[in-house]
Amino acid sequence: MRDVSIIGIGQTPVGEHWDKSLRELGFQALRAAMKDAGIERIDALYVGNMLSGELTGQEHLGALIADFVGLRGIEAIKVEAACGSGAAALRVGYMAVAGGLHDIVACIGVEKMTDQQSGTVTSALAAAADAEYEALQGLSFVSINALLMRRYMHEYGYKKEDFANFAVNAHANAVNNPYAMFRSPITREQFAAAKPIADPINLLDSSPIADGAACVILAPTAIAKEFTGKPVRVRATAIATDTLAVHDRRDPLYLEGGAISAQKAYAMANVGPSDIDLFEVHDAFTIMSALSLEAAGFAPRGQGVRLAMEGEIGLNGRIPITTMGGLKARGHPVGATGMYQIVEVAQQLREEAGANQVKNARLGMAQNIGGSGATVVTTILERL
Amino acid sequence: MEVARFWRTIGQRYRLIGEVCPNCGKRIFPPRDVCPACEQEARTPFAFSGKGEVYSYSTIHVPPEGFEKFAPYVVALVRLAEGPLVTAQLTDVDEDEIYIGMPVEMVTRVLREDGERGMLVYGYKFRPARPVRGDAPKSAAELARVPEPAVNPVAEAKQAAMQAVMA
Repeated sequence: MRDVSIIGIGQTPVGEHWDKSLRELGFQALRAAMKDAGIERIDALYVGNMLSGELTGQEHLGALIADFVGLRGIEAIKVEAACGSGAAALRVGYMAVAGGLHDIVACIGVEKMTDQQSGTVTSALAAAADAEYEALQGLSFVSINALLMRRYMHEYGYKKEDFANFAVNAHANAVNNPYAMFRSPITREQFAAAKPIADPINLLDSSPIADGAACVILAPTAIAKEFTGKPVRVRATAIATDTLAVHDRRDPLYLEGGAISAQKAYAMANVGPSDIDLFEVHDAFTIMSALSLEAAGFAPRGQGVRLAMEGEIGLNGRIPITTMGGLKARGHPVGATGMYQIVEVAQQLREEAGANQVKNARLGMAQNIGGSGATVVTTILERL
Repeated sequence: MEVARFWRTIGQRYRLIGEVCPNCGKRIFPPRDVCPACEQEARTPFAFSGKGEVYSYSTIHVPPEGFEKFAPYVVALVRLAEGPLVTAQLTDVDEDEIYIGMPVEMVTRVLREDGERGMLVYGYKFRPARPVRGDAPKSAAELARVPEPAVNPVAEAKQAAMQAVMA
């Protein structure tokens, strides 16, 4: 297997892009990444996306975007794993380069959500859960997370406000990210007073729907330095699965897929949680940050929230998370999110994170979660 | 909701018919044909009692399409007496009366309406458990102690009846 590195990164601002279509967003991110890598051709394109068919009536994104960016003829396919699609696309690109099938590969995550009314988007997102036994009962995707949060609070004795720091930290970091959707800080008081969506989850526990696209270019590490002075090595990428429905899990409060995927990634990179300098968690809701921190080994079970309460998740904390705003404040264009996380880890490792730079960051990790934990993709990157 | 898609799962939705694993005895709901505990094939029907308790719950203020007229409504994870968790709405109860551990029982209710001309989708919801006069309610432990029902006569009879109707 060949060693693989990221030689270029690109992203569009996350937000409500009423003036841009799905293909234009993909184009913008891909062009930015190709320019960053200094290349004009790629061998293959893998597009992570969840909802294009449901929300824009457009599938077949591989060929669509390849043609639209002027690369007609190349290998191009869409990769779908609900909200885990972005990092799953990186995994597919990694396999192609590591396996020697292609040399220069682009992996995009792209999503277009804000053209639709919120009820339509709420229904579409519920497709990440079990359509027959969760969605048909009237559950929204938010409410599935709410069921987990309520039980977590009950079992471990937390109060609602104990989760505040996840959201406060994400917003504080987004202030300095020009690509983030919400570049304004929030207070603990605002968090406590926010409007309920699905009790106990309120608006400020929740990441916003958004449009956006992010992209990385991969190449064999052996030739990476020909393209960039700052290659970022892909030390590990791993996917693990669990049941779609929360009620089918062995223990609903344990992200088994998250744990397996993290263990695989640690084994592949030959590192452990204590070696990781920053961790982009999938904070679709505050409860998911806690569960992901626990599954990845940064906190014992029931203690993920404590890391936030004790300020250990800040840029100077024991394990900085959501360093560019996370899903909460950078925004959550679902199928693109995993690729944003990877681009942001790369920014940190290239020391391009500006005011949010984590000092001496050498190893960064991202965990991208599909559904409420049914697909979990863990990626570990290293500064070369 | 498409008629055929709903019709396929009527036994589960109207009567909580799941499966029991002939190999290890695990009760399975929703039915999945492979036992999640021992990974052997499990296709023996098993009718659940419908008794259980609230494992967790949430009130939905922003509903998905098709559920707008019911909002706000309460959804829950219910731990069935025989073991599995099931996802369902709670009904016939005020939100502030609900607590984790509350005993509940299954009832059949309208789940959603597909517009003016679409079908009414019925299915299971759960309400606070009520003792029926002359019929002492079984405890959860008692229900969980069902002895090795490799064949479930109730479910078998129901399935036979359903097949007869269809034929």
